[in-house]
Amino acid sequence: MPHIDIEIEKLKKKLMEMWDLVEFQLEQGREAMRKADPEISKEILKLGKKVNNYDVKIDRMCENFFALFTPVAVDLRTVLAILKINANLERIGDTAEGIAAFVKKLEGTLSPELIEKVQVEVMYDEALKMFDDCRAAFMYNDADLAKELIKRDHVLNKIYRKSDEIVVSYLEGEPDKIKEGLVLLSIIKKLERVGDQVSNIAEEIIFYKDAEIVKHKKNKEKR
Amino acid sequence: MSKSYKLAANDVNAWYGDFHAIKGINIALEEKAVTAFIGPSGCGKSTFLRLFNRMNDYIDGFRLEGEILLDQKNIYKKDVRVDELRKEVGMVFQKPNPFPKTIFENVVYGLRIQGVSKKKVLEETVERSLKQAALWEEVKDKLHKSALALSGGQQQRLCIARALAIEPTVLLMDEPASALDPISTTKIEDLIYELKNQYTIVIVTHNMQQAGRVSDHTAFFLSGELVEHSKTKTLFTSPKDKRTQNYITGRFG
Repeated sequence: MPHIDIEIEKLKKKLMEMWDLVEFQLEQGREAMRKADPEISKEILKLGKKVNNYDVKIDRMCENFFALFTPVAVDLRTVLAILKINANLERIGDTAEGIAAFVKKLEGTLSPELIEKVQVEVMYDEALKMFDDCRAAFMYNDADLAKELIKRDHVLNKIYRKSDEIVVSYLEGEPDKIKEGLVLLSIIKKLERVGDQVSNIAEEIIFYKDAEIVKHKKNKEKR
Repeated sequence: MSKSYKLAANDVNAWYGDFHAIKGINIALEEKAVTAFIGPSGCGKSTFLRLFNRMNDYIDGFRLEGEILLDQKNIYKKDVRVDELRKEVGMVFQKPNPFPKTIFENVVYGLRIQGVSKKKVLEETVERSLKQAALWEEVKDKLHKSALALSGGQQQRLCIARALAIEPTVLLMDEPASALDPISTTKIEDLIYELKNQYTIVIVTHNMQQAGRVSDHTAFFLSGELVEHSKTKTLFTSPKDKRTQNYITGRFG
């Protein structure tokens, strides 16, 4: 394998390790939410440091790669994409930590009725699935899958947009659950961000694979 | 020092007549790694490289002070035989310089001088050396054709094979790819990357990107002085000396 490919593989491998870590944070966030478990939340928050170290390390590796290999064409786009995906992964990690911090505020498990009504678990599962598919799109250079992911983001947005009203009307009947309702809304907001961040990563995958710029296009144009 | 050093220079000064070409250089080069020497023309990098296999000895008015060590042994001591030294330290030049002989005879040239004549040994050496030089597949069916019929890039890999045939431990390369097209250059660079597992390689290059791609360590020379020597990634991302920064960013002079 040419030397430059070996170096790009090293970068991708490092990025995948970080991806695993962030995915673990996000999955644990779902567990923490379901069980209202502050211990799981603590673990998620603790992992943040490790993710940050990866973030710095990958930035550094990209910097060295640019300096030493002066990449062009697909190599250049790949490493630019890795640099940006790295930043987005770090933010998804932060988002998972945000969810963990909100879970810590819970005084008991969330009401099953409310969970059902706002569809937060459906939303969470879709966010996790998108994140997982996004990894496959990256690993297999699958720009079609990446484009599909960008479209799937609207599932999360739809649940997010409806959530205010649903929670408000629920709380009108259960005024002592205001705190719970607010935590839930905050988590939903965070999950909506995960969708955006996954879309950002998908856009980078399309960029490095096809040299096509899809960000800032209206959703309808992102085919 | 925890790493093992293959080559070293202690307080080395060199002159061509009145011209002070190398000024008080101290350096140690890591074993089984690639070190690149960079710097503008006339900075002394080639002169310095050539000290490691005594290529300057026969130049009129050349004078050396200080020690050049190979495996901790001063190679300029009286009891060192230059032909023995060059079995340890091979060299590849800027322009491919195959002998006007067959490919086979080019590779075994050093062995023939040493008196090796066993056909099996010679054949094995040719195959091993050409494979190491990533040339075997291209020439295995025409080993007894003239080396001069090869392309420039192939000729250069043949010269590398010829240097490897005598099983040196050090390989000195003076601009080994500067006369080659980009594809041949990439082949030579990938080859250097492969070879460093077995050899200590020192490469002089004008091409800064090449130094970045192939080397583990880089030394920057200017006016006969060693300005900076560090890991290549450090030197190319955050050089310590302003002069290094100016040179590698093309803001020199």
